[in-house]
Amino acid sequence: MTSQPVARITNVSLRYGKTLALDAVDFELPAGCMVGLIGPDGVGKSSLLALLAGARAIQTGRIEVLGGDMAEARHREKIRSRIAYMPQGLGKNLYPTLSVVENIDFFGRLFGQGLAERARRIEELLDDTGLAPFRDRPAGQLSGGMKQKLGLCCALIHDPDWLILDEPTTGVDPLSRRRFWNLIDRIRASRPGLSVLVATAYMEEAARFDWLVAMDAGRILATGSPQELLIRAGTDSLENAFIALLPEEKRHGHRAVAIPPRRAEETHDVAIEANGLTMRFGDFVAVDHVTFRIERGEIFGFLGSNGCGKTTTMKMLTGLLPASEGQARLFGRPVDSNDLAIRRRVGYMSQSFSLYSELTVRQNLALHARLFHVPPEMIEGRIAEMAARFDLGEVTDASPDALPLGQRQRLSLAVAMIHQPDMLILDEPTSGVDPIARDAFWQIMIDLARREKVTIFISTHFMNEAERCDRISLMHAGRVLVSDTPAALMETRRVSTLEEAFIAYLEEAVAQEDTPEPSRRSGTTAAGPVTASDAHGPQKRFDLRRLFSYTKVETLGLRRDPIRATLALLGSLLLMLVMGYGISMDVEDLSFAVLDRDQTTTSRDYVLNLAGSKYFIEQSPLSDYAELDRRMRSGELSLALEIPAGFARDVNRGNRVEIGAWIDGAMPQRAETVQSYARGMHAHWLADQASRQTGQPPPAGPVTIETRFRYNPDVKSLVSMVPAMIPILLMMIPAMLTALSVVRDKEMGSIINFYVTPVTRLEFLLGKQLPYVFLAMLNFLLLTVLAVAVFDIPLTGSVMALTAGALLYVIAATAMGFLISAFMRSQVAAIFGTAVLTVLPATQFSGMMDPVSSLEGAGAVIGRIYPATHFLTISRGTFSKALGFADLQEAFLSLLLAVPVLLGLCVVLLKKQET
Amino acid sequence: MRAANILQLGIKELHSLARDPRLLVLIVYSFSFAVYVGATAMPETLNKAPIAIHDEDRSPLSMRLVSAFYPPHFIAPALIAPADMDAGMDAGLFTFALNIPPEFQRDLLAGRVPTIQLNVDATRMNQAFVGSGYIHTIIDGEVREFVQHYRGSPAPPVDLALRTRFNPTMTQTWFGAVMQVINNVTMLSLVLTGAALIRERERGTIEHLLVMPVTPFEIMVSKVWPMGLVVLAACAFSLLVIVRGLLAMPIEGSLTLFFAGAALHLFATTSLGIFMATIARSMPQFGLLLILVLLPLQMLSGGATPRESMPEFVQTIMLAAPTTHFVLLSQAILYRGAGPEVVWPQFISLMVIGASFFAIALRRLRTTIG
Repeated sequence: MTSQPVARITNVSLRYGKTLALDAVDFELPAGCMVGLIGPDGVGKSSLLALLAGARAIQTGRIEVLGGDMAEARHREKIRSRIAYMPQGLGKNLYPTLSVVENIDFFGRLFGQGLAERARRIEELLDDTGLAPFRDRPAGQLSGGMKQKLGLCCALIHDPDWLILDEPTTGVDPLSRRRFWNLIDRIRASRPGLSVLVATAYMEEAARFDWLVAMDAGRILATGSPQELLIRAGTDSLENAFIALLPEEKRHGHRAVAIPPRRAEETHDVAIEANGLTMRFGDFVAVDHVTFRIERGEIFGFLGSNGCGKTTTMKMLTGLLPASEGQARLFGRPVDSNDLAIRRRVGYMSQSFSLYSELTVRQNLALHARLFHVPPEMIEGRIAEMAARFDLGEVTDASPDALPLGQRQRLSLAVAMIHQPDMLILDEPTSGVDPIARDAFWQIMIDLARREKVTIFISTHFMNEAERCDRISLMHAGRVLVSDTPAALMETRRVSTLEEAFIAYLEEAVAQEDTPEPSRRSGTTAAGPVTASDAHGPQKRFDLRRLFSYTKVETLGLRRDPIRATLALLGSLLLMLVMGYGISMDVEDLSFAVLDRDQTTTSRDYVLNLAGSKYFIEQSPLSDYAELDRRMRSGELSLALEIPAGFARDVNRGNRVEIGAWIDGAMPQRAETVQSYARGMHAHWLADQASRQTGQPPPAGPVTIETRFRYNPDVKSLVSMVPAMIPILLMMIPAMLTALSVVRDKEMGSIINFYVTPVTRLEFLLGKQLPYVFLAMLNFLLLTVLAVAVFDIPLTGSVMALTAGALLYVIAATAMGFLISAFMRSQVAAIFGTAVLTVLPATQFSGMMDPVSSLEGAGAVIGRIYPATHFLTISRGTFSKALGFADLQEAFLSLLLAVPVLLGLCVVLLKKQET
Repeated sequence: MRAANILQLGIKELHSLARDPRLLVLIVYSFSFAVYVGATAMPETLNKAPIAIHDEDRSPLSMRLVSAFYPPHFIAPALIAPADMDAGMDAGLFTFALNIPPEFQRDLLAGRVPTIQLNVDATRMNQAFVGSGYIHTIIDGEVREFVQHYRGSPAPPVDLALRTRFNPTMTQTWFGAVMQVINNVTMLSLVLTGAALIRERERGTIEHLLVMPVTPFEIMVSKVWPMGLVVLAACAFSLLVIVRGLLAMPIEGSLTLFFAGAALHLFATTSLGIFMATIARSMPQFGLLLILVLLPLQMLSGGATPRESMPEFVQTIMLAAPTTHFVLLSQAILYRGAGPEVVWPQFISLMVIGASFFAIALRRLRTTIG
């Protein structure tokens, strides 16, 4: 052991909003040994580890790691390649769609390792962890134990000096856990200088560590070797020692759980019976012919790792999932999801906290009581009874979100009990609850089972909880290995603890399917000593390898999740078709009707003049004003004409006569068009009439206006709209994809890799951007082909200029997405944000309908700087105006400027640490 | 007992909404500020159209023509050399370019009918069409008036008295305001119901409901009614306070009739929202799906461009969309003061569409969560 501590923490506090996660923490971590950070969930362990790893920004206090201040960005950069951090949650920083090798390879690239070096290291790590046979399996399909090993491989690829592991074994079966610790021991043996810091909620694991830090409620309770802690607390187990170390007010009222034995004369009614229960999801067998019987009043436990089929079995029992095969019976009746009567006898508490956080405690209880049809006059009484029994009296008007975990679990149980069920099905009700609250919770359940004969079916991955059950089933990979009383299980296996018994059964079960413990090869070490390339050397400021590591991950992610890419490509084509045809400025086939009070050839002639054009379609004639009014009100007529009696006579005599015309003004744009059509037709008829009377060609006006509709001689809507749709679609969809890509990293947790590895902000952004730029260019190609081939829009200008403009533009559009993601935390917010920041400016302010110069106020300002405006100029210029690079310099210049400005903003706004 | 479940669960939905301030802000924003800004930002049919004039005559008449173009319809014309004309139009600096030939005034007064050339950038459909009509009228008027100083001109024998009904001044704002309200009603009802179902699924509370004596039918109805009610209330507020109050648009027909139509429309869209939520596997997929469904629903409903200018098959397909009928009945009632005798076909259509959407969504819901 070296004397220099690996980390020195001085007066560190951390707040999330109002919650104080760390409260003036002070201690030193010795180097070269294995340090355990113990305490239940939510006491600040993860926050502390994230601070130490540099993943989270320091708020107050001082943290020194490996001889430097972690508040300094320079120091963090320097030591990043010496630290490895594995965040909490099984495989949280891994990419589930990537294979084992691809995941490790990604981390190798992040640390700038060359191809040969990566290949060698990956082989070594796979051999040492026994993952070699699963090298091509996607990380998402690995078992919990294998995910942990993979996470460890990824952490060790760059030979760190300090390994930080946040709850690496939570939810993993005991056999995998034991193997994991053996692996860590071997690694430490081969690298004596390696310091390890582990957080864990399993007290029994902590016994093997060199030095412990016990935490509670953001404070340090005690530090020292396990032996020292046991002596100080005067107890024989660390769990009890932890309870003894808690402050007095927390320990108040705690007593060891007493379990009165079940009385032998108990009736043997069967409450739950499962027979060959099987659940398949496609090829995957989640639950494989599970059979058991649970008697009335019994506490029956399901023990097994995450993903072994416990929850699925419970869902089949409650009727949430129909079984693929086999049968389940509750109280002798087959489970039927339509049988509402049986649901009233069951209380179910699902694994995740699933109460309505928008309702208060009382409202939650009342809602459930009403839904279970508790008679209204009894509801108040039941709520009071539950509040008293579960000690919720003081919090009835609080929101469940505001309660500590232990109280929330009690509330969940109270809700499940509100209708006095005969049976409780509880799915891991105590995960994340501290030992004292867990004991209190068990005391309640035991009372229920023994006194009120409530049948309790509970699942857990805590061994000491399983020991409290009357009988347990050991589950592994969808199968029940064995069911018996805990004592009988230990006896059969001739071992002293349930954990050892479980491991013995597991070893037997996995012998045929899993790989054996890898044999140690002499000479090589897991993550052997540093060779040729020194991973700890000074790092380059810009490294293409690190950049491409993100490119590769994004590309693989896109390829493996084809729904996203397909929605993007097909969606844009679909929208282009819809909008191309839908947003039509051609106003044709307008319906009109005539109230002809003259009924002469002249009046007929006037009407035919209108009806004969392609703009108007005549409807059945009107007979009076009432009909005119009614038919205009219904929207049937856009135009109604009234020709007065004596029209022909007056025209012939040259008397002044007036034709009345009513236009439906509900849609002003259309009304405007109708008006100008009607005027034109009217003038045309007049001229025609005059020439017929005089026998001469119509006299010209004083001046002729020769109108040339340029670029679109037929004035077709499609020619105008389709080239404008391309910029709009190429803004919305690429921006949406990149915004979601970063925010998804944040939600999934893989953003940690960006925080704690040497990759720079620019490398991260450009690396992620590349595949989306490629996808967007593909999209551009499809849209252009659609425009030319389907919509028949001639591409008259330079194709090169259009393509170059598109490339610049999609780089800007994807950067817009990054910019949005810098502000958003959740995917929903990113969706809304992107929609708001792209749809409105792109469709209204960039010149699609009205040129930017015609806009007013803020819209005009936005329009002038928005990238879509400039690409719209390029798109219309090359499609319709036969232009090339030289003619579009200004637009190109603006786009060229937009790209570095947008990317620069992203780099500035993107945080390299969580704040 | 069933009605009690639906009532209780629906009230729970309202409680949830009340506890989500961000969502409430969004609702208030989209029915007040967004409607107001969206309606007033819409430029009038022709607004500040950029025009350039190449005046080769430089006579009193040509000067008179130049000064005849002024805001708000046009921006003050740029006087340019002929060489700049093509470049300026290529770069999109102006939509219209007029060329007044040399000796224009002299030729005119000599009765030789001179020709003015008008170039229009027809890629800007909207302006091109209406604008050139305006320019024709303006030139014609100016020239006539000028000529009349010199010789009299007979009035045309037949006059066309054009009157615009229902929106006599053709105020774009009125049209824009109601369409904004309609679009927001559709969007919000889809988002609220869809997101509510996905949120329940993501949080696992839907499982909780399903182990209780509650049927999928009750779950679905209890999402449809509170969300519909909230959107209806927001719509009423927007129409009365923003549209009728702030924007001073006269409402012609019966508001009760309109709200009855809106309720039927909401029945259809909330069911559609549930259906989409059962298809999307996650919030992001729901988001993409929302855009794909919402845009056609809004763009092709007849609220953005007239239905009659769409291709026949699009018109036919869009008959199955609730928005088409809702836009039709809203325009008829609000602008034209139509009564039940006019809009009953839209009511029937919405009932049929709503009922089928509801049935389909309920079936999907049963199979995906049941």
